[in-house]
Amino acid sequence: MSIELIIGILNIVLISTTPLVFAGIGELVTEKSGVLNLGLEGLMLVGAVTGFITLVITGNYFYSLFLSIISGVILSGIFAFLVLNLMTNQIATGLALTIFGIGLSAMLGKKFGGTPIDGLNPYYFIVISFLLVFFVAYFLSKTKTGLIVRAVGENHNSAYALGYNVIKTRYLTIIFGGVMSSLAGYYISICYAPMWQEGMTAGRGWIALALVVFATWKPWRLLVGAYIFGGVAIMQMNLQAIGVKLPGQFFNMMPYLATIIVLVFISSNKLRLKLSAPSSLNIPFAKNQ
Amino acid sequence: MVFLIRLQLREDYSNLIFYLSPLVAVALTLFFGSFIFLILDLSPIESFKIFFISPISNSYGISELFVKATPLAIIALGLSYCFKNNIYNIGAEGQLTMGAIFGGGIGLLFNDSTSIFLLPLMILFGAIGGAFWATIPAILKTKFNTNEILTSLMLTYVALFILDYFVVGPWKDPAGYGLPKSMPFPDAGRLPVLIDGLRVHIGVYFAFIICLITYIIYNKTLFGFKLKVTGLSSKASQYAGFKYKKLIFYTFIISGACAGLAGLFEVSGPIGLLYRDISPNYGFTAIIVAFLGRLNPFGIILSSLLIALTYLGAEDAQLFLKIPSAVGFVFQGLVLFFLLGTDFLNKYKLFIK
Repeated sequence: MSIELIIGILNIVLISTTPLVFAGIGELVTEKSGVLNLGLEGLMLVGAVTGFITLVITGNYFYSLFLSIISGVILSGIFAFLVLNLMTNQIATGLALTIFGIGLSAMLGKKFGGTPIDGLNPYYFIVISFLLVFFVAYFLSKTKTGLIVRAVGENHNSAYALGYNVIKTRYLTIIFGGVMSSLAGYYISICYAPMWQEGMTAGRGWIALALVVFATWKPWRLLVGAYIFGGVAIMQMNLQAIGVKLPGQFFNMMPYLATIIVLVFISSNKLRLKLSAPSSLNIPFAKNQ
Repeated sequence: MVFLIRLQLREDYSNLIFYLSPLVAVALTLFFGSFIFLILDLSPIESFKIFFISPISNSYGISELFVKATPLAIIALGLSYCFKNNIYNIGAEGQLTMGAIFGGGIGLLFNDSTSIFLLPLMILFGAIGGAFWATIPAILKTKFNTNEILTSLMLTYVALFILDYFVVGPWKDPAGYGLPKSMPFPDAGRLPVLIDGLRVHIGVYFAFIICLITYIIYNKTLFGFKLKVTGLSSKASQYAGFKYKKLIFYTFIISGACAGLAGLFEVSGPIGLLYRDISPNYGFTAIIVAFLGRLNPFGIILSSLLIALTYLGAEDAQLFLKIPSAVGFVFQGLVLFFLLGTDFLNKYKLFIK
């Protein structure tokens, strides 16, 4: 293999993995505060379509980015209201968000499928994604607010007893996660594709969800994991090009299988589970109970 | 601003509100749905007619309603065992796919068979395939304490890729112009239809039988009682000496077998062969059906019909209103949002200061 080919492959891996980093790092923060949001795929699609439509109509990248982010704030705000204030089941609410988002994005984008746009340079976002991981890692481990987020996710009753506002903290982390998913969607429709197509995120929301577990809720591992997942997907295409006779589906299922293996590994030992997974994940918080 | 609403946990848990809230959720969905139509510049009344009434205004439409409701009801009935037991198996889509692979595989293996035993064998393997796929999260949960929500979800995608492997690889129809689909099943492997010329098949009977059996299990057997107790309080169940791990296993196997059955019915009924997209999200939508039916067997039958209607209405909306059929997902998502939201009123009393 020549140097050019290797650089070319690395370049493709960089460009195709970035949405996983965005959505994954957002979900990581949400889960660190004890909330499991299964709505990533829906959030990404709506973020992708709102950004795309705004760009087609206004021709302004700033407006399109802004509205894409707003869509994430609104949708994840609804999710937060349901699971935090109305204490609904997080799994069901997240699935509802995904199903709703798939439908809504398809309806909104109907007239815009196939419209050509000038894509943005993906490298801005790639750089931002690395900075984000650095920022989140620093935030969670070195700042007081980050410590509060982790405390709320580990044991919300203790955090509440210490005087921290559990609901407010979780609102912020859920909305942060929502905005990151919208950005992932925005990146896909504006930089990566650049176009709009129904269901164009193609299951990346689920892979991002797997990624958080695979990374055992640690930001730097998430970055490494994202590039492993992204690399495997690209490798599959290249290996087939040079004649390796392994079915491509085998590579496609690797992220999911790897996540299950990691999950079994960390949960088979109580101490290991405690050290990695947020203890209050998916447990609703009620003040007066 | 100070919150002016105070909450109090209800002591008088109201059964009436519990069963009324799905209706409230549906009403709210229709109300918000009409805004969506208005935004799209469509008359809400006309659109609702096309969405909810015209699809079932003839015998073909009613047959299609049952075709769509059958898998939803069967999967949701199976899931209700898990959900009652507070086990979140959200991988029904994968178990459905595995059922289709196992049962469909039998149909392809004996593709020149004319035996009357072929179909029962396929049905059996369909159920086994689904149950097998559900056993994996069950084992991981009971042996390694692994979160079943994540494993069952991840396994869904693994199953979809396995199906994809088979239909583009070893099971690809040599006479299929290279399309990613299998050979059609032999006639002996096709599910009999109930009425000539329509697609509604004997899976409907299975759905009703499973519904009745489930009703009896929930209300008349010790197993049903154990599920109920464990779901309400796992501590009480431990004190009573119920074997929780066994319950987890049984509920997973039942729900997996049901999903597998539904998958086999899809491929041996309306579809007739194996290909990539055998299910329009039935496994996930059935979760909505189970919740909307309040985990009650008869409630699930009703809600499966309603959700099936959103599939049909969405197809008609695409045809006549020129809006994407994904509009059905909007309604499905909304109805679940509102249902979960209205449940709140059942758990808490509101006082306005």
